[in-house]
Amino acid sequence: MSAPDPQPSGLPGGLPRRRSFFQSTADMLRQEGARAGIIAVVSTVVFFGGGFLLVVNSPNWPRVRDQFFNPEDFRESWPDVLDGFWLNIELFVYSMLTIPVVALIVAVMRSLRGPAFFPIRLLAVIYTDIFRGIPLILLILLLGFGVPALDIDGLPNSSTFWGMVALVLSYSAYTAEIYRSGIDAVPESQRSSARALGLTQWQSLRFAILPQAIRNVVPALMNTVVSLQKDVALIAVLGVRDAVREAQIYTTRTFNYTSYVVAAVLFLALSIPLTRFVDWYVARDRAQRSQTLV
Amino acid sequence: MTAKLEIRDVHKSYGDKVVLDGMSFDVDEHEVVCLIGPSGSGKSTLLRCIDLLDPLDAGSIRLDGIDITARNTDANAVRRRVGIVFQSYNLFPHLSVLDNCTLGPRRALGVDRKSADAKARELLERFGLGDKVEEYPNRISGGQNQRAAIVRALMADPEILLLDEVTSALDPELVGEVLGVIRELAGRGMTMLLATHEMGFARDVADRVCFLHEGRVLEDAPPSQLFGSPQHERTAQFLRRVRDAGRI
Repeated sequence: MSAPDPQPSGLPGGLPRRRSFFQSTADMLRQEGARAGIIAVVSTVVFFGGGFLLVVNSPNWPRVRDQFFNPEDFRESWPDVLDGFWLNIELFVYSMLTIPVVALIVAVMRSLRGPAFFPIRLLAVIYTDIFRGIPLILLILLLGFGVPALDIDGLPNSSTFWGMVALVLSYSAYTAEIYRSGIDAVPESQRSSARALGLTQWQSLRFAILPQAIRNVVPALMNTVVSLQKDVALIAVLGVRDAVREAQIYTTRTFNYTSYVVAAVLFLALSIPLTRFVDWYVARDRAQRSQTLV
Repeated sequence: MTAKLEIRDVHKSYGDKVVLDGMSFDVDEHEVVCLIGPSGSGKSTLLRCIDLLDPLDAGSIRLDGIDITARNTDANAVRRRVGIVFQSYNLFPHLSVLDNCTLGPRRALGVDRKSADAKARELLERFGLGDKVEEYPNRISGGQNQRAAIVRALMADPEILLLDEVTSALDPELVGEVLGVIRELAGRGMTMLLATHEMGFARDVADRVCFLHEGRVLEDAPPSQLFGSPQHERTAQFLRRVRDAGRI
């Protein structure tokens, strides 16, 4: 039996050896890096500076500046818009806590096997089809105005509440599909070995499949959170006094749009750190996985 | 006296492909039976069917004389009596070696954590994994993974252990440690049915060897006879090929 050459490092023909090849590449990149840095700075200055000049020198800029970026109006509208923004945050936090639970239930319902569970699977399919199929804004309008109008005893009557329900239903439908893709990505052999231990179908899911599935989809879930953070603003269509609605009220009163910029700034103040955090988390997760998969 | 495990005229197809085509044989208590044969001869499928992971199309499998393929069988109860180890170990990557071993007993058998842990530690220690108890599957070698998978299957004190080509995914230098474990189990009288490509090992450890061909048992004999003077031309041909490949 002839074994293959155990030392592939000695390349024939006097080619550069592996190590030195990488070293020289690294040197090249470092030189390239300095030059690339300069190019990046120059092109950034030209791009953004040019854009800025273009806007500022447009004929109507002074009017737009007064309408949208008026410091006076900024100060004046700030407290009300901020007040409204707390409602957005409240909605965001409640739905962020509810959605993963509802979505997981739907995903698990859809992953159950065997003919006995067909009605449950069907129910889950209908749920995702309907709530993914209706535009979120329509759903908010329908539930937010519709259900309180029914005036059913024992059910909350607030538009805010039902608007949030709409948000949760719609987002849960999407999130359930994310979970499901994570469940499907766990190899079938894992299910077999869980079942072989005598675990029931539910126990196999709970202890063997779901922990792996959820870990698979955490990055995707976090991106959903970022998107949810902005979509809570849609509740304004119900007349609920959130940040957007407060800004709107200020605008109708003063014919100045700076309050919208205030609302935008508030949303950015929350979403930028959130996005950075998600990016960092996803990168770290990826690095950890490639490290442990030896 | 009835055999521990009776395979009777078992049929199984996946779509158009017939995998088990009327297979029959017995495994007695404390007996080690090796299944050999070319890929696709139905070894793995049979083992999966015995553990009720796949349903049969026809025929029956009896454990202690009771048909476990009957409609009203409690599959989980059967799986607790039958252990199975897979080619690709299939440990749960999110659980430590210890938790992999205790998951089944704790959740399926209701054993409390303390006694499950103690038992797992003892078994892992015995099979040379005492220092890997807290490790995760992706941080230990394939051989260690497979030994841990065997321990996991032993945790429920199975009456019979099914081993599905448990060394096929291993680097050659790791095969020995896993075969050592199986040898020890055979020495302790564990009833085992193993699908294997390790002919030398089969000759060594098996009480009987079954040569499978196209979903049927073509030859069923003690290893000395089957390897020494195979009765069937197919068997001889298969063994010649294996020998030429240097696997014997």
